[in-house]
Amino acid sequence: MTSTAVFTSKDGALRHQHESRRMARVWQSLSRAKPALAASFVLAIAIMASIAAPFLSSKDPNGVDIMVRLQPPALLDDGSWTNPLGTDQLGRDVFTRLLYGGRISLTVGFATALLAGIIGMVLGLLSGYYGGLLDEAIMRVADIFLAFPFLILAMVTIMMVGSGLGTMILVLSIFGWVGFARVIRAETLSIREKELVEAARAIGCRNGRIIAYHILPNVFAPMIVIATFAVASVIVVEAALSFLGLGIPPAIPSWGMMLSDSRNVLRDAPWIGILPGLCITLVVLSLNLVGDWLRDFLDPRLR
Amino acid sequence: MRRYLMRRLVLLVFVVWGVVSVTFVVTLKAGDPAAFMYHIRETKEEIEELRRRLGLDRPLHEQYFNYLVKAVQGDFGSSIRHRQPATALILDRLPYTLLLGGLALLISFFLALPIGVLAAVKRGTSLDGLTMLFALVGQAIPVFWLGILLILIFGVWLRWLPVSGAGSLKHLALPAVTLAAYPLARNARLVRSSVLEVLGREYVTTARAKGLKDWTVLIRHVLRNALMPIMTLNALDLGSLLGGAVITESVFGWPGMGRLTVLAIRDWDYPVVQAGVALIAMTYVLANLLVDLLYLALDPRIRLEGQ
Repeated sequence: MTSTAVFTSKDGALRHQHESRRMARVWQSLSRAKPALAASFVLAIAIMASIAAPFLSSKDPNGVDIMVRLQPPALLDDGSWTNPLGTDQLGRDVFTRLLYGGRISLTVGFATALLAGIIGMVLGLLSGYYGGLLDEAIMRVADIFLAFPFLILAMVTIMMVGSGLGTMILVLSIFGWVGFARVIRAETLSIREKELVEAARAIGCRNGRIIAYHILPNVFAPMIVIATFAVASVIVVEAALSFLGLGIPPAIPSWGMMLSDSRNVLRDAPWIGILPGLCITLVVLSLNLVGDWLRDFLDPRLR
Repeated sequence: MRRYLMRRLVLLVFVVWGVVSVTFVVTLKAGDPAAFMYHIRETKEEIEELRRRLGLDRPLHEQYFNYLVKAVQGDFGSSIRHRQPATALILDRLPYTLLLGGLALLISFFLALPIGVLAAVKRGTSLDGLTMLFALVGQAIPVFWLGILLILIFGVWLRWLPVSGAGSLKHLALPAVTLAAYPLARNARLVRSSVLEVLGREYVTTARAKGLKDWTVLIRHVLRNALMPIMTLNALDLGSLLGGAVITESVFGWPGMGRLTVLAIRDWDYPVVQAGVALIAMTYVLANLLVDLLYLALDPRIRLEGQ
């Protein structure tokens, strides 16, 4: 991990050489870890399909058509390729809704991990670097947050502020920073004692510069690992909240809500209940596998 | 250790206070009874009267203080929907949640032990690989989807088990298995890795060298020492079990306090929400404390520390 410090080098050519060597290393390791490689492909497909949703399907995800209610998928009896994955109880195309639902899940997942990661990183750096009373205060608040039954409070908060994409991201971030802060703090504590920080101080660097140029680059590795797992757990929590009717407003298709809607027609149209859950599980499983691999790759000590 | 327990206690008090305070804000948002009075025939005077009766005309800090004083006594007012004391409503449902959560925890614990030990002992075989694949998938499957799948398989297709409600052991089967899946998968992985770690220790080699049977070594020396990290993790993750219980109860219509709280949130029945959230937080906090005490009983090293 200490090698990452080299990348703060201002020398463009050297940096480029390092970058390409690093990419080669990433690829070499990934191609040896078959599950992680497969998981990266699944993730790449999910992300691209969400981005390209309007091009992959010309239908409106909320386009109600009572005439084609509960059509089975194309591969089952009576299915047709007009609705390749069938339709739901309002005649909406399941394939299109899955594509657009993926946008919600992935947006909420990545945005929350980013926001929570930034909050947690700043607090973790401050806490670990300055220590003392500030550290004590931040960590006690973190303890309290960690001891909260998270889902329940997210539910109540959403009840108060109302549902919406932005609200969801904000609420989940407010509860999600703790994991980041604790790990970043621990890393900062150990880096703070290293020679590179001592050297920086000796040549007269200010605290802000030491944090930004010498500590921050070294906490990126654990940060990315936690963020990967965070995306996975946020996707599940978002789906759970939407499933309970407390998440994304009904006008926006989301995997959790599709599952919730499926319960009344499970007998006649099991595919409505199977497909969105399969999407969530595949994405979450892939993120977990990639996270495991990243952890091994970036920090062999943790293996 | 006593200092540690004191600190935990103080923290727990803060947690309950925090949770109860957060829910106070719900009252403010819901505060104006006019929001509920869609009966237009209520006159302005009647609404004012209601506001006075609920104490909503007082200054904010006074409202908050009164709320806290009542909350400490377990009084959150009457349910708007059911017209009964909210705390009693929630307390009625508590045994259902405890039964479901407790059973799920037991299943996950007692199945994870043999599975994890087997995987560790047979490390590297296809049996190990298969178990760990199941564990990996089990950790990624969302509770609500697993519930729907089980309903589909055992309720709709095979018709073996009832898919919702409560009343018999059969009703408990699907919800308990659903809720147990995630902790089971996680515990199995953890049992495997902690057993693997302990297997390499010197005292295990010693035990083997002095001629103890494999089983005796496994149970008396390996499992005993592998158990601590598993307990710690389960304790730290009680929150996710409770969250899972809330979702599981909703999937299967299980009449626990999570289900009631979710319904109350949808109906804006704020006294029930407050009572529900407070009680769920209390359950969580007490369970955490219980685990701390269990450590004392199980690990003499912790007991001796600081003496």
